Amino acid sequence: MHVATFRQQLAKEPAIAAEGSGVQKTALAVKLQAENLNFYYGKFQALHGISLSIVTYKITAFIGPSGCGKSTFLRTMNRMNETVRNTRVEGKLLLDGQDLREMDVTFVRRRVGMVFQKSNPFPKTIFDNVAYGLRVNGVRSRPVIEAAVERSLRRAALWDEVKDKLRKPASALSGGQQQRLCIARALAVEPEVLLLDEPCSALDPIATLKIEELLFQIKDITTIVIVTHNMQQAARLADYTGFFLMGKLIEFDDTRKIFQNPSKKETEDYVTGRFG
Amino acid sequence: MATSFPVEPRVIVRSPRTFIERLRGGDQIALLTTLVCAVTIIVVVALIVVELWMNSQPAIKAFGWHFLTSSTWDPNAEKFGALPFIYGTCLTSALALLIAIPLGIAAAIFLAEMAPPQLSNLLTFLIELLAAVPSVIYGLLGIFVLVPLIRDCLVPVLVKFFGYLPIFQGDFYGVSFLSASLVLSVMVAPFIISVSREVLLAVPVEQREAALAVGATKWEATWQIVLPNASTGIIGSVFLALARALGETMAVTMVIGNTPKITASLFSPGYSIAAVIANEFAEASGRLYVSSLIFLGLVLFGLTIVINAVARILVLTTTQRSA
Amino acid sequence: MDLRVSRRRKIVNVVMLSLSGVCTALVMGVLFFILGYLFWHGAKSLNWNFLTQVPKPSGQTGGGVANAIAGSAKVLLLATCIGVPIGFLAGVYLAEYSGKTFAFTIRYVVDLLNGVPSIVIGIVAYALVVRPMGHYSALAGGVALGIMMIPIAVRTTEEFLRSVPNSMREGAMALGATRARTIFTVVAPAAISGLISGMMLNLARVAGETAPLLFTALGNMFWSRGWLQPIATLPVTIYNYAIAPEEDLHQQAWAAGFVLLFLVLGINVTARMIIARGSASARR
Repeated sequence: MHVATFRQQLAKEPAIAAEGSGVQKTALAVKLQAENLNFYYGKFQALHGISLSIVTYKITAFIGPSGCGKSTFLRTMNRMNETVRNTRVEGKLLLDGQDLREMDVTFVRRRVGMVFQKSNPFPKTIFDNVAYGLRVNGVRSRPVIEAAVERSLRRAALWDEVKDKLRKPASALSGGQQQRLCIARALAVEPEVLLLDEPCSALDPIATLKIEELLFQIKDITTIVIVTHNMQQAARLADYTGFFLMGKLIEFDDTRKIFQNPSKKETEDYVTGRFG
Repeated sequence: MATSFPVEPRVIVRSPRTFIERLRGGDQIALLTTLVCAVTIIVVVALIVVELWMNSQPAIKAFGWHFLTSSTWDPNAEKFGALPFIYGTCLTSALALLIAIPLGIAAAIFLAEMAPPQLSNLLTFLIELLAAVPSVIYGLLGIFVLVPLIRDCLVPVLVKFFGYLPIFQGDFYGVSFLSASLVLSVMVAPFIISVSREVLLAVPVEQREAALAVGATKWEATWQIVLPNASTGIIGSVFLALARALGETMAVTMVIGNTPKITASLFSPGYSIAAVIANEFAEASGRLYVSSLIFLGLVLFGLTIVINAVARILVLTTTQRSA
Repeated sequence: MDLRVSRRRKIVNVVMLSLSGVCTALVMGVLFFILGYLFWHGAKSLNWNFLTQVPKPSGQTGGGVANAIAGSAKVLLLATCIGVPIGFLAGVYLAEYSGKTFAFTIRYVVDLLNGVPSIVIGIVAYALVVRPMGHYSALAGGVALGIMMIPIAVRTTEEFLRSVPNSMREGAMALGATRARTIFTVVAPAAISGLISGMMLNLARVAGETAPLLFTALGNMFWSRGWLQPIATLPVTIYNYAIAPEEDLHQQAWAAGFVLLFLVLGINVTARMIIARGSASARR
């Protein structure tokens, strides 16, 4: 698929976009919901009263200058923030209406997958990388694992490139391939939500394009939330976009509204490049 | 919409919540096991202290502080004093350092500042291998190679030029303070070299460049700027070497002569704390005799701990300052 | 500028720099002279019988140190089984679980243990194992060397686990792996070459230890059965032969020294090569 195709698709987006009425008013299924979420690193408050809803099978993007809290917010959605010492969350985070923080943490992370800024393949073979999540979650059957690995690699548009070298170490792949491998690894456990933290920031434009294409391919099986510092990327990919500034969610709306007709002055300054 | 893949049923959607299941996940077990092991180490060290303390009680009760200042060591009469051993340990360690420090630091300067990196790396690799050579082998070499060499080459020279000094008087039989010190100096030199080299390399390049830029010669830059920068770390390495020399057992035992006496002459045989324990512990009979030996062990333990602590602090302050 | 001063400075420069080179050469020369001597002398005294026979009764010549080689292997196996698991797991705790204050305490205690003279460890192993059991044993020797292995095992483990990038841990945990699972299936395997070579260096270090074995494992002229009898080891055999009066035993001490040094340095070089190759491939 090509960028132009993305644009066409954006153009024939469903009714909500045309109405321009924002997320909250639609009747779409809400997958993840934050209510008045505060986040602290020690005494420093990194997030201030974030409230928003992530819609099922849509791509949601978060933009904003670095240090604005977009990644922090992303990491609270699968409780990865808990791996950092001395952090604290206040408020509610609901996954399918259930509070995330009352669930078992490994269970949350299996349901809400994550892809990181820097690709982080394990020092194992390509196959074992993709199979890791399944094994961790108790899948033992060899045929099931093999099928899942192939399916995930196909979804991540990597199968054709690696099908002959599944037993090779993952470190032999190129940067873009490694990142797609990490996406395949995350997809293998069939997450309901896939969080991506600036997945393309270390990649060249061609590799970036491949990742964007594959995200488009998988949005009908999983809900995608992506943090990016690249506004064009958000505009190309996302159905909804949120703009963060200084730990606050300034505006959250339909992507086209954010980029063409934002309701807040700060958003306009940022998307038109007038901001720092 | 690009719907190239059907939505498949999700594989495992079950929250492992019960206590047993979380245990099987391993987190609690792993945390507990590793914590137990960490605590075990503390227990082991505590055990060392307690065992030494409890077992040296008879000697402490019998002799008290006098143990440290008495120079009589007579197992038959059950009279025990530690002074000859403390003297021997301190004398040999000090003399070993006196020889090893200038050589070691000079070699470290050469390796860190002058030698081309490849040569420096190769030599450092070899020196680190030498630091790994077991002490019993140094002892073996001491007995059969170094002692004859000292007797035939070094001693006549020393007697000829410095014979009037009290430290070079008396007959030389081979095993002596001097031999022990020389063997020790050979053993600790690799240690001083490799640690000092590392500390020197940690001094920022800018410091050297700044000195050279104002017209200092290479030596002046090294001596006046780099060395003072690294001095704490180098002193730390010396203390580490000292701790090693104090606790060194086999090599010293094999060449010191094992005679508990205090003399000024380096040519005369002597004894050290570690050597007397190694020699007499297995054959010691009588509660007080064993207890006295363990008391000596406690003294040695205390000595090395203090020296090690000082060394750690010194090395830590330099490496943290440069980091 | 005064030319003479400048010349004097130049001379000092050259003299001092050459002096440091001479010192290096001197140190290296002495060290390699004695080791070369050992290799030459030891290899000369080495033969097949030496490696396969037990010592002859005193007064007769010939015989070998096969029992001491086997004994060293047994004691080292015991030591590894005691020191490495405790040290490794404690290192895992330090690198992955512990808070700041407690970690500082443990690290301090580990340093302390590392500084304890080996002869003192021998006394403690004697008091803890030999005296309660009433006799010297391979087990006591294993305990003494095992305790000596702990500090390096802890430090190696902590260091190499910390060198694994945090993104590995995050990647595994984001897939729903528990912390323990992450450590043992991703972090430790990522550091495996460093861990193995660190443990090898550790083993090489205690393999040459003599002092703690003198009154724990003691020695034995014959094959030692089981784990609870006195047992011969290479370092102690070298010591006993070196201080014995017989010239034949001196030759055997040289040969045994050669075997021990060959093993220790062999393990050392292998381990260092593994580490070097590991860091080279990590850079790639």
